[in-house]
Amino acid sequence: MDAHNMNILLAGFGGQGVLFAGKLIASSALIDGLEVTWMPSYGPEMRGGTCNCSVCLSEKPIGSPLVTEPDVLVALNKPSYLKFVDAIKPGGICLIDQSLIDVCPERSDIQFVAIPATKISEDNDLQTLANVILVGQLLKLTGFSTVEVLEQAIEHSVSAKHTDLIAPNKMALKIGYNAVNQADCK
Amino acid sequence: MAKVLMKGNEALAEGAIRAGCRHFFGYPITPQSELAAYMAKRMPKIGGTYLQAESEVSAINMVYGASAAGVRVMTSSSSPGVSLKGEGISYLIGADLPCLIVNVERSGPGLGGIQPSQGDYWMSTRATGHGDGHVLVLAPNSVQEMADFAAKAFELGDRFRMPAMILADGLLGQMMEPVELPEELDLADLPEKPWALTGTKLEREHHIANSLAMEPQDLEDMVLSRRERYRLIKATEQKCEQIMVDDAEVVVVAFGAASRIALSAVNAAREQGIKAGLIRPITLWPYPVDAVKAAAQHAKAFLSVEFSTGQMVEDVRLAVNGKCPVNFFGHTGGIVPDPSEALEAIKLSLERADSGEDFEILPFESKLGLDGSFGKPQAYAERTA
Repeated sequence: MDAHNMNILLAGFGGQGVLFAGKLIASSALIDGLEVTWMPSYGPEMRGGTCNCSVCLSEKPIGSPLVTEPDVLVALNKPSYLKFVDAIKPGGICLIDQSLIDVCPERSDIQFVAIPATKISEDNDLQTLANVILVGQLLKLTGFSTVEVLEQAIEHSVSAKHTDLIAPNKMALKIGYNAVNQADCK
Repeated sequence: MAKVLMKGNEALAEGAIRAGCRHFFGYPITPQSELAAYMAKRMPKIGGTYLQAESEVSAINMVYGASAAGVRVMTSSSSPGVSLKGEGISYLIGADLPCLIVNVERSGPGLGGIQPSQGDYWMSTRATGHGDGHVLVLAPNSVQEMADFAAKAFELGDRFRMPAMILADGLLGQMMEPVELPEELDLADLPEKPWALTGTKLEREHHIANSLAMEPQDLEDMVLSRRERYRLIKATEQKCEQIMVDDAEVVVVAFGAASRIALSAVNAAREQGIKAGLIRPITLWPYPVDAVKAAAQHAKAFLSVEFSTGQMVEDVRLAVNGKCPVNFFGHTGGIVPDPSEALEAIKLSLERADSGEDFEILPFESKLGLDGSFGKPQAYAERTA
């Protein structure tokens, strides 16, 4: 995986922090001096339906900002997993929240990584930060940036009204980074 | 200055403020609303005016009033809302008043949908309102250009005393990219407007901002003098970006968000040894006729890629003037074409260059087997839903 030339698709329900997770990745790329685009799905699907966002990282100017064949899929719910798993490029990565998705992929040409992000967030009193836990794991899997840069990205991305959330976000990032793949697919 | 990550809608709003705009009149509509929301937040803090009118019609007439008073003023909306502004835009043209109108296009006709489209090309370049007039039309293709083009639009509008439009779409409005915000202009440095209605103080004749001229000869004189300005604009203000056009056999023409898709396709074509190039119109009115004409001297075929059923392709054909086929590929309804589809259209353009016939590829035709061979409309719909 060329982590500096990578197309990422993050998908889940509205409210799971899919767009924020994408924004963290995009912000880190900005700090790292890469070209980057962040494109959300927008419209009625925001209200409880599925929600996704495309993040393109590149060392060259980016053409289309829409990711239709992701190098990496981060799926936060089962409908999103089912919708996009077949679109992943051969050799790509599929990262899922195992707490919410109980599947094994039929494809053998992708790297499948499952961590129980929601359960981890609850066990660590980091409710609603499963999204950031998954970003931490993606960071370890691909090395698209560094923990230090992601911590800066968190400081930039958390709104000024909620600075108390910076520390929990950083903790979620590290816990996610150190989480172990629990995919059990024969 | 360090780059920041911003949505296109917000970058355009900030760019307008930095270009000296202190008056915004609008009415909310997706996918443009972040622009108005940004103005609502910022304008009161910098001594500006943000006013949410009771309708788009009111908003554009408020723009008329503010422009007549000589200030930099803007409104923004999305396609159906811009239709409503049409009457007011025509009055602004008729009264020779500059302003900025932003259209973050969604798909139509009618209420249509809220996903990206370029279906307002004709409306923008041909008839934004009734009568015999034009507005300047700029087409950004990145968040950086969303931020930069507000200043360009105000400058051109003030210089030629006419409305300027930024024609964007939902993709450019909603997308975030790194942007280096433009320098803030000092309000004292903005161009003087000796024609503005600022009060006579009993020291001069009163000024009039009006589009009514009941005497045919007076009106013809006004329209013809405006036409003279249009001629000058067409001669001096055409702008486009050209990428790998010099040796291109297939010249793709695309503007705005479609040019991003087209660029990916052109790069992919080059990797496969196909000599493709891209002309990206930056001004849609005036259209960059000269660049297209020049490329037609060596190209074997042209391909217009648009988020519509084919509108700008007519301007390409006018400029190419029969020298070679001018083909079309597009999606509509808010579906954003995939670069791989555009690549197939590039290949087909080359294969059929000698036929002398134009072709058009739309997904429905592909499904029926009328043209192309790669259409999977349902799959595209699911993918982008």
